[in-house]
Amino acid sequence: MTASATHSAIDAVWRIESARLIAGLTRIVRDVSVAEDLAQDALVAALEQWPESGIPDNPAAWLMATAKRRGIDALRRRVALERKRELIGRELEILEQLDQPDLAAQVDDVEDDVLRLVFMTCHPVLSREARVALTLRLLGGLSTPEIARAFLVGEGTVAQRIVRAKRTLGEARVPFEVPGRDELADRLPAVLEVVYLIFNEGYAATAGEHWTRPALCRDALRLGRILAGLMPREPEVHGLLALMELQASRLRARVGPHGEPVRLADQDRARWDRLLVQRGLAALERAEQRGGALGPYTLQAAIAACHARARSVETTDWPRIVALYDALAALTGSPVVELNRAVAVAMAFGPEAGLELVDGLAGDPALRGYHLLPSVRGDLLARLGCPDEAREAFVRAADLCDNDRERELLLSRALQCEHTPDTESGI
Amino acid sequence: MRFMVLVPGSPESEAGEMPGTELLEAMTKYNEELVKAGVMLAGDGLHPTSKGARVRFEGGERTVIDGPFTEAKEIVAGYWVWEVASRDEAIEWLKRAPFDGGVEIELRQIFEDDDFGDELTPELRDAQDRMRAQTGQR
Repeated sequence: MTASATHSAIDAVWRIESARLIAGLTRIVRDVSVAEDLAQDALVAALEQWPESGIPDNPAAWLMATAKRRGIDALRRRVALERKRELIGRELEILEQLDQPDLAAQVDDVEDDVLRLVFMTCHPVLSREARVALTLRLLGGLSTPEIARAFLVGEGTVAQRIVRAKRTLGEARVPFEVPGRDELADRLPAVLEVVYLIFNEGYAATAGEHWTRPALCRDALRLGRILAGLMPREPEVHGLLALMELQASRLRARVGPHGEPVRLADQDRARWDRLLVQRGLAALERAEQRGGALGPYTLQAAIAACHARARSVETTDWPRIVALYDALAALTGSPVVELNRAVAVAMAFGPEAGLELVDGLAGDPALRGYHLLPSVRGDLLARLGCPDEAREAFVRAADLCDNDRERELLLSRALQCEHTPDTESGI
Repeated sequence: MRFMVLVPGSPESEAGEMPGTELLEAMTKYNEELVKAGVMLAGDGLHPTSKGARVRFEGGERTVIDGPFTEAKEIVAGYWVWEVASRDEAIEWLKRAPFDGGVEIELRQIFEDDDFGDELTPELRDAQDRMRAQTGQR
C-alpha cells in the first residue's frame, strides 16, 4: 500500500473511530480537552507508523492503547518537571486514571461514553455556535477547516470557538454523564436542536452563493442516525431523524439545473430519493409508536410525510397538514409555524383564507425582517389575481433575503407578476 | 457517497439453509454496529435462486428461465447499502464483517447524480428519475 493510500485509509479509520476514542478517553481523564489532545497524538502516531507497519487488525484498540501510552509518558515528564513546584495534583490524578490496566477491554463498551459526550458538547452552558462547532468536531469527526468551510467563517474563528467551548466546559465543571430521567426531558431538546441546526444550514443555507450544502445535511443525518441508535426509546430522536430523512429525500429536487432553488410545488417528485423516503416513514412510525403526545420534531416529520406520500400538490392531504400545524402551533407558539399553517390553510381552503391569516401575522415583531412572510403574501396575492400587490411583496421579500440563489428566485417571481399574472401557481 | 455490498451465494444459501446461531449472532452484532454508526441505509438477504427466475433477451424474444441457477459464485445472496464519506471508509467497514473461508465480498459505488457529469443531459436525467419513481426505486 502506498503512503497516500495508507493516509486515506487512516482518514477512514479516524472517521469511524474518533468519536468513540475521544469519548472513551474523556471518561478516563475527565477532561474533554486533554482527551482530544491524546486522541490527536494517537492519530499522529498512526500517520507515522501505519505506512510502515500496515494498518493493525484492530485499529480502535491500537489508537486507544497508543493514546493512553502517550498520555502517560507526557504526564510523567510533566510531573517530574513540576514536582518541585507542587503544581501536580491534577496531572497525578489523570495519570492515575490512565494507568488503569483494563482500559483496552473497555473500547467495545464505549457507546455509553459517546452518549455522554453528546450531552457534553450540547450542554446549555455553551452558546449555540459553540455547541454546533464542538459537536461536529468531536462527534462528527470534522476538522476545523471543514467546519469553517461549512459555516462560511474563518478557520481562526472556529478554532477559537472550540478552544473557548472546551475551556467553558472545564470551568463550569460540566459532568461527563447522561442526564437522569427527570433531567433528560430538559436536556434532550438542546441535543436535537444542535443536530437540526447543522442539517438546516445544509438544507437551506442562510447565506452564501449556494442554496443547499448536501454534505452538511449528510453529516447531520449521520449524527441523527447515531443518536437514534443510542437513544432508541426517545420518540423525538426518531422524530428528528424522520424529519431529516424526509427533507433530505427532496434535496436533489430542490435545486434546478443552474443551482436555483425549486419550490416544493414545482419539484419533480420523481427525483425524490425513495430510499430516504422509506427510511423517513419508518422512523416516523417508530416515533409515533412510542405513544404519548407527539413532540415538535415528530409533528414536523408527520407534515413532511404528507408531502412524501402525495403524488402531486393537488392530491396532498392539506386538511391533515393544517391539523398537524394546529398541533405544532399550540406546542411551540412560533409565528413561523403560524405562517406555514397559513400556507397550508390556503392550499386546503383557498388563498383568501390563507391571506387573512398572513395579514394577521404582519404585525408580529418576530416576523419583522423575515423574508418568507412577504414571499408567502406575494404568492397568495398572485393566486388571487392581484399582480401589482404581489410584485411589491416579492420585491420586499427579495430585499430581506440573504441567500443569493433564493433572492434571484424571488426577483424572478416579481418579474413574472409584471408579465403574466400566474393565477395557477402553488406555494 | 453510497456503496452496495454484494454478498455471494453458497451451496448452503442455495439449499435455503439458515446460517448457524454463532454466525447469525456475529452478523446481528455487525449490523447493529453499522446502524449505530449511521452507516447502514438498507440491507436484505435474498431467497435461494430456486425461487427466482431469469429473463433472457434476444432480438424481440423473451425467454423465461426458472431457477435454481448453478453457478453459486455468480449468485447474489444478500446486499447492504451504506452511506459513507469515502471508498476507504466502506472498505474499513467491510473488513470488520464476520465472514470467513475464502469468501470474497464485493463493494460497488452506487451512481449518484454528480457522477454522470455532462453525459447525462437534464432530459435524460428526468426520464431516468421518472423510471426510478415508477419502479419504486429511489
